[in-house]
Amino acid sequence: MSDMTHPTAAAKPPREHALAEAFLMLWRDKFAFLSACFLLLVVIAALFGPSLLPDQALQMNLRGRNAPPFELERGWLYILGADNMGRSLLARLVIGSRYTLMIAGSAVVLALVVGTILGLIAGYRQGRIATIILRGADILMSFPSLLLALIVLFVLAPSVGNVVLVLALSRVPVYLRTCRAEVLEIRERQFVKAAKVLGASHARIVFLHILPNVVPTLMTLATLEFAAVMLSESSLSFLGLGVQAPAVTWGLMVADGRGYLASAWWLSFWPGVAISLTAISANLMANWIRTATDPAQRWRLEKRTRA
Amino acid sequence: MTGHLLEVENLSVRFHSRGKIVDAVRSVSWHLDRGETLAILGESGSGKSVSASAVMGLIDTPPGEILSGSIRFDGRGILGLSAKDQRELNGRRIAMIFQDTLAALNPVHTLGHQISESMTAHGIPAERARTRAIELLARVGIPEPERRFNEYPHQFSGGQRQRVMIAAAIAMEPDVLIADEPTSALDVTVQAGILKLLKELQAENGMGILMITHDLGVVAEIADRVVVMSQGEVVEQGPLAEVLGAPRHAYTRRLLEAVPGRHGYPAARDLSSEALIEIRGLSKYYGVSAGVLKTPTGREIKALDDVSLTLNKGEVLGVVGESGSGKTTLVNTLLGLVDPTKGEVLYRGKSMLGPGNREIARNVQVVFQDPTASLNPRMKVGRIIAEPWAIHRGVLPRAEWPRRVAELLEQVGLRPEHADRYPHQFSGGQRQRIAIARALALKPEVIICDEAVSALDVSIQAQVIQLLKDLRRDHGLSYLFIAHDLPVVRDFADRTIVMQGGRIVESGITAEIFEHPRHPYTQKLLASRPVEERMRGHITEPAE
Repeated sequence: MSDMTHPTAAAKPPREHALAEAFLMLWRDKFAFLSACFLLLVVIAALFGPSLLPDQALQMNLRGRNAPPFELERGWLYILGADNMGRSLLARLVIGSRYTLMIAGSAVVLALVVGTILGLIAGYRQGRIATIILRGADILMSFPSLLLALIVLFVLAPSVGNVVLVLALSRVPVYLRTCRAEVLEIRERQFVKAAKVLGASHARIVFLHILPNVVPTLMTLATLEFAAVMLSESSLSFLGLGVQAPAVTWGLMVADGRGYLASAWWLSFWPGVAISLTAISANLMANWIRTATDPAQRWRLEKRTRA
Repeated sequence: MTGHLLEVENLSVRFHSRGKIVDAVRSVSWHLDRGETLAILGESGSGKSVSASAVMGLIDTPPGEILSGSIRFDGRGILGLSAKDQRELNGRRIAMIFQDTLAALNPVHTLGHQISESMTAHGIPAERARTRAIELLARVGIPEPERRFNEYPHQFSGGQRQRVMIAAAIAMEPDVLIADEPTSALDVTVQAGILKLLKELQAENGMGILMITHDLGVVAEIADRVVVMSQGEVVEQGPLAEVLGAPRHAYTRRLLEAVPGRHGYPAARDLSSEALIEIRGLSKYYGVSAGVLKTPTGREIKALDDVSLTLNKGEVLGVVGESGSGKTTLVNTLLGLVDPTKGEVLYRGKSMLGPGNREIARNVQVVFQDPTASLNPRMKVGRIIAEPWAIHRGVLPRAEWPRRVAELLEQVGLRPEHADRYPHQFSGGQRQRIAIARALALKPEVIICDEAVSALDVSIQAQVIQLLKDLRRDHGLSYLFIAHDLPVVRDFADRTIVMQGGRIVESGITAEIFEHPRHPYTQKLLASRPVEERMRGHITEPAE
């Protein structure tokens, strides 16, 4: 009997223990650890940046127009240079992170949730409903997404909420199709058949047996989409349909600097770097999460591989 | 020691994987001569394929590492040959065939092209390769070789694909043919044909055959000498008759002991005549449609044709049939996954089919063939076993689940703490035990074993069958035991039913079926697997 109480005690570790374990697993994957640090930095900037640097991002300084980076004579805020109106690029990056993360994040999450639900339905329930969903996705995909955005934003008036809506709408088919393809494969696996034979309800089969096996793929896809959405947002802003000045996003900063590429590369470069680093970090983190949550893969993070 | 065609000496190979070091084979030595067949016999994980991979230069380093040993072919050392020299050897002098023919053939090329390629790759002009390929197809028994030359892999049956693979392998008239489980995926009657073909080809061109297999039946059928491997080491080797007739090593004895059908028939028991499952006139037809618009042609495929059977309480009923016999459709119908065209399935006199009969269906549980596929990889074992209670609320209060899971795990020979692990942390046999524990969770009266032991090694197979026997004794279970092969049911099933083409061709007491098969198909099935008779033959023969 002591045999039986022992493992159950070990099976439910205190919460702090689980957190420590997760941190150790993160520490062992150095790339993921760095990514986590960078993402944390970006999130902090988005949360507290605007209150720490309330005016600096908007303060014009016409003598410092297009000031080059790595010069400290104007103060540390100008370490990354200044834009065409002499505003500190560093301050603008910090301020811009809030809208960038908000728009890209909510658009990705919204598209992910809607796409996954529709994908699950289309994959699990074949027949008329699936056909309608899939043809809908085809139409959405064949329609130029920029044109769609123009129409929607023209009708609904440009606002952050509507930008998120449009961006999410145009990315839904990506998740939908991937999710459906995965579901089609997994629903034929024997453990699904075993659950059916036990009399499991459809909801149980879909959410307990199929979904957990689809999520890792979708997570990876979502982080890749994160960068794409940040750039789509910039093209909308460039056309004047996205975020309205004085608000700023990284994508808008890239677009603004486009005209000065030959004379002042840093205008587009720094926001571009911010976008790439965020996307890469998100991707590496997703990779780590996938490994850490897959029971068959977790050993890679649990003990060091001997060379 | 010279003069052997192929000689492996003292080979040790190690793999670095999953953060640990696995010694795949340790100091393995064997040799093969012209015109003889050497069988390497071993269960999964025994390292039986590793030395053959080394011969073909297929061991990737890293993760593999060849620690010691030498391989000589025709007197020349071939271990660590350059990629170019190895290519020169592979296919031309040493050829190989595999178990999974569909994976080994490229789906986008015609079979003819793939056979010709094995020749053109070694510098034979395309036109001559084509003529020779058609000759070869005819030789390995493919009808209408001219026409089928231009067909794709999916248009051939499993047995035919293996014949085509053999054709491609012998195209350059190699000195050595390595066959890695060539018949394991095939039906027994087809298997017999392939082994016969290999023997004929060997007689014609005098090649040496290295047969890698887990199947004693195949060894008994074809080998001249046997190497028995276990856990990376050769435990025994010698002429077939000696190894099978007078095994020296304990492992070989255990392996021979585990061969199904060596212990006679189950003792006649007093079977109750209380019918649990009754199937009456069950039929399932599939309409055949053709063309782009899928218009019904009026033709029908009869997957099940008027099948009737009764399973009594406490009985083990074996259902034997090869692929296409309708046994899978039978199981799916019983489980309510497929609606029958005609007929009924009764459980204690009440219909089991259709919605609303969930409570009745609870008494019939199933164990599937592939324990790896039938357990959700992202659920812990404890949750997998408790799932039936989560679905059928009210059977067992939630607080009782951990205790009951622990009990069930102990019943199937696992430990209570295993509840906290994931399926991938177990071996195939252990996973099947988990699946059995899940089937027992609702205290069913009947368990359908759908090829439940077919994917397991023989010794594991024997253990799982023993477990099923114990559970029957302790819980009064009845089994519907589906298998593709007769020997497995021989010492387990009280009665046996033989199916072919969707119909029952013969049924009766198991001993009757084996001793006096009446239907020609049953006779053919028995004749294609004379394992135990053949082995008995070797045992009585004087050692050479």
